[in-house]
Amino acid sequence: MIEIGLGHYLTLSAIIFSVGTVGIFLNRKNVIIILMSIELILLSVNINLVSFSIYLQDLAGQIFTMFILTVAAAEAAVGLAIIVIYYKNKGSIDVEQISSLKG
Amino acid sequence: MLAHSIFFYLFSTIAVFSAIMVTISRNTVYSVFFLILVFVSISTLFIMIGAEFLGMIMLIVYVGAVAVLFLFVVMMLNVTEQLTKYSKKRGIFNNISVGLIVGIIIFLELLIAVGGWKYRDTYVPLSSINPYLNISNTHAIGNVLYTDYIHLFQISGMILLVAMIGAITLTFSKRENVKRQNYFQQIQRQKDTAVSLVDVESDKGVKIDD
Repeated sequence: MIEIGLGHYLTLSAIIFSVGTVGIFLNRKNVIIILMSIELILLSVNINLVSFSIYLQDLAGQIFTMFILTVAAAEAAVGLAIIVIYYKNKGSIDVEQISSLKG
Repeated sequence: MLAHSIFFYLFSTIAVFSAIMVTISRNTVYSVFFLILVFVSISTLFIMIGAEFLGMIMLIVYVGAVAVLFLFVVMMLNVTEQLTKYSKKRGIFNNISVGLIVGIIIFLELLIAVGGWKYRDTYVPLSSINPYLNISNTHAIGNVLYTDYIHLFQISGMILLVAMIGAITLTFSKRENVKRQNYFQQIQRQKDTAVSLVDVESDKGVKIDD
């Protein structure tokens, strides 16, 4: 309990991952919160990689965390651009009204 | 050791609480601020276990760039007017119950995966590990990032470039009714299309069309 090990960090990452997935399901207001939940999920993956990297004393995990960070930033930029043009065209980013594809 | 566990519990509690607040907050601006809080506390945890470079990069990239990007988009779109029309519930299988069930199942599976993890015999707690005693963490990352992983590093730069071009072309809109200088048209002007010889009759003058 008092000794913080690998399991604590993995549990923290599991909690944040679950909160991110629940956030995607729960939210019906706007798409921006869905993007933020995806950021949370990527963050939990980063926690996993960094704690394993420290635990196994291997730097590869930290390097790959940097690449995940890059991809997350690119994804946020493109996703927000898509949201902006969607709002320009439709005037709303309500999740329930986004059904043009009839999926 | 005691300080490490106290700080771990403090920051992880803040992170989990803010992550929950990101998803359930009614105001999108508050969600963005809670997202910033999550990233700050997680980067503090990274710094605590010895990944200082990643913690700092996380602060710069997320709090400095991504969160500001989110804030700008929230500011540009008028999201607050959508808070009033909240979704109607549809029976017991609405999105909230399904989402909670899926989330709990995923969490239990992850807990089983973590609990079933076989620890190494020479188990050492994370706080006492300092594998890079002689060089700093940043130095160690730089040693491998620019040698072993140089191709991946350059490919990640290409990914950023593609994302930048994509975001610009998506949001770029050409405005009408604005006269612009077209260099290629200017340079390609020929004499026979630009100049015309007109026979001028006396006492009539020349009518200039355009």
